[in-house]
Amino acid sequence: MWISNALIPVLRLIIGVTARWESEPDLTRQRIYFANHTSHMDTLAIMAALPAQARRDVKPVAAKDYWGKTRFRAYIAQRGLNAVLIDRAPQVGQNVLEPIMDVVRAGHSIIIFPEGTRSSQALPGPFKSGLFRLAEAFPEVDLVPVYLENLHRSMPKGKHVPLPILCTIRIGKPIVRIAGEAKPEFLDRAREAVVRLAQ
Amino acid sequence: MSMEEKVLWFFGGIVALLAVASLTGYVLSRRATGESARATVVNLNQRVNAWWGMVIIIGLSWLIGPIATVVLYAFISLFALREFITLAPTTRADHNALFTAFFILIPLQYILIGTQWYSMFTLLIPVYAFLLLPAIAVLSQETSAFLERTAKVQWGVMVCVYCISHAPALMLLDLKGFAGQNSLLLFYLVFVVQLSDVLQYVFGKLFGKHKVAPLVSPSKTVEGLVGGGLSATLIGGGMYWMTPFSFWQSLGMSLVIVCMGFLGGLVMSAIKRSLSAKDWGTMIKGHGGMLDRMDSICFAAPVFFHFTRYFFSA
Repeated sequence: MWISNALIPVLRLIIGVTARWESEPDLTRQRIYFANHTSHMDTLAIMAALPAQARRDVKPVAAKDYWGKTRFRAYIAQRGLNAVLIDRAPQVGQNVLEPIMDVVRAGHSIIIFPEGTRSSQALPGPFKSGLFRLAEAFPEVDLVPVYLENLHRSMPKGKHVPLPILCTIRIGKPIVRIAGEAKPEFLDRAREAVVRLAQ
Repeated sequence: MSMEEKVLWFFGGIVALLAVASLTGYVLSRRATGESARATVVNLNQRVNAWWGMVIIIGLSWLIGPIATVVLYAFISLFALREFITLAPTTRADHNALFTAFFILIPLQYILIGTQWYSMFTLLIPVYAFLLLPAIAVLSQETSAFLERTAKVQWGVMVCVYCISHAPALMLLDLKGFAGQNSLLLFYLVFVVQLSDVLQYVFGKLFGKHKVAPLVSPSKTVEGLVGGGLSATLIGGGMYWMTPFSFWQSLGMSLVIVCMGFLGGLVMSAIKRSLSAKDWGTMIKGHGGMLDRMDSICFAAPVFFHFTRYFFSA
C-alpha cells in the first residue's frame, strides 16, 4: 500500500482529484464501484477520492494482459494498488470473473470499469456483461456509480504524461435493484447512472 | 528606515488590519440574521481566513529568500494555468503543446527570473512560445478549431505565466537608490491590487447601486469602483515610504495599478463567462480559484513593472 500512499499526494498536486459525493457514503456496507474508464490514473483517482479507512478494503479490478505484462507493472498493480488481475481473453471453460468473485466473497469492496477498456470520449461506451453477473451473484452488495470527469483530458489513451487539469470524481447513490431485470436493461440503466453524474 | 524595519512595519500593519477584519467578521457572524446576510458573513469570514493564509505564505517565502519567492510564483502560475485549461475546452491534439506549456515554459520562465536573464525573460513567451506552441500542436494534424484551440493555449500561457511572472520579476530591476530592497516593490504591488479588490468589494456591498458591467460581472458597481478604487489609490500613495517613489509618484503608480487591476478583473470575468463558469476553481475557500484572486495581478503586474523600469531605472 505504500506505493498508493506515495502516489496519491502526487496525483492531488497534479490533477486535484476533488471528490464529490452525491450522498453521505455508507462505508460499513460492501460496495462495487463502477466507473467510466479513460486513463491509467482512473483507479488511483478513485482510491484518492475514497476516505482512507475505506481505501484499505477496496480492490480495483485490472486487466492481466496490461498490468501483468512486466514484473514492474505487476508489482505496481498488486502491491501498490491492491488490484485483482483478470484475464480479458480467458480459455474455454474458464470464468473471467472468478478472481473478482473470490475477492467479493472475502468481503472486499471492488472498483470495476464495465466498459472493459479505456475510451477516449467524455461519456462511457456500452457496458459489458460482467457487472450484471456480479450484481446477480451478490444481491446484497451496493452498486455505486462513479463518473471520472476530465481524466480523458489529463491523460488520454496513448499519452504517457498526465497534464495538470483539474479532475473531479463524482460518486453517486447506489443504484436501485430491480428484481428479475433483464441484462440489457440493467446494463443500460447502470450506464445511465454514470452518465447522469456527468451532467 | 532599513529594509528590515520597512518589512516589519508593512507586515505589522497587515496583521493589524486582518485582526480588525477577523474581529469584525466575528461580531457580524453573531449579529447576522436572515439567510442571505448569514451567507454573506460566512463568505466574508472565509475570505478573511484565506487572507491570513496568503499573508503567512508570502511572509514565509520572503524569510526563506528570493528563490523561494520565485518558486512560489511559479506554483501560482501552475495553479492558475491549470484552472484556465480545465475550463477551456482543449482536445487530445493539444496534449503536447500543453505539456510544453506546463512542464517546460513555466519552469523556464521562472528560471530566467532566478538567473536574472532579463531579455530572454521578456522574449520567451511572446516570441518563442508564440511560434512554437502552434507548431507543436500542428504536428498532431488535427485542423478542426485549430485557431480557437491555439488561441486558448496562447491566452492561458500569456495571462497565467507571462503576466503573473512580472510580479516576482520586479526583483530584477536595478532602481536608483533602492538596491537590495526590491521585494518591497513586490509587496507594494500585491498590496495595492488586493486592497483595491477588497475595498471595491466593501464599498460595493455598502453603497453599491449602479452596476458597471452587469452582463460581465454582476458584482462590480460604480460606487464600489470609484469608492474602493480611489481609497486604494490614496492608501497606496501613502505607502510611498516602502518604494523608490515620492508621495505623488506613488499616488500615480497606485492609480495605474488600480485601473489595470480593475480591467484585469473585468476581462478575466468575461473569459470565465464565455466558458460558462462562475468561479475559476475552488482552491481558495471563499474566493473561488487561484485565478479569481490573481486576475487583477495579471493585468497590473506587467504595466507596473514596465512603468517602474522606464521611469526609475538606475
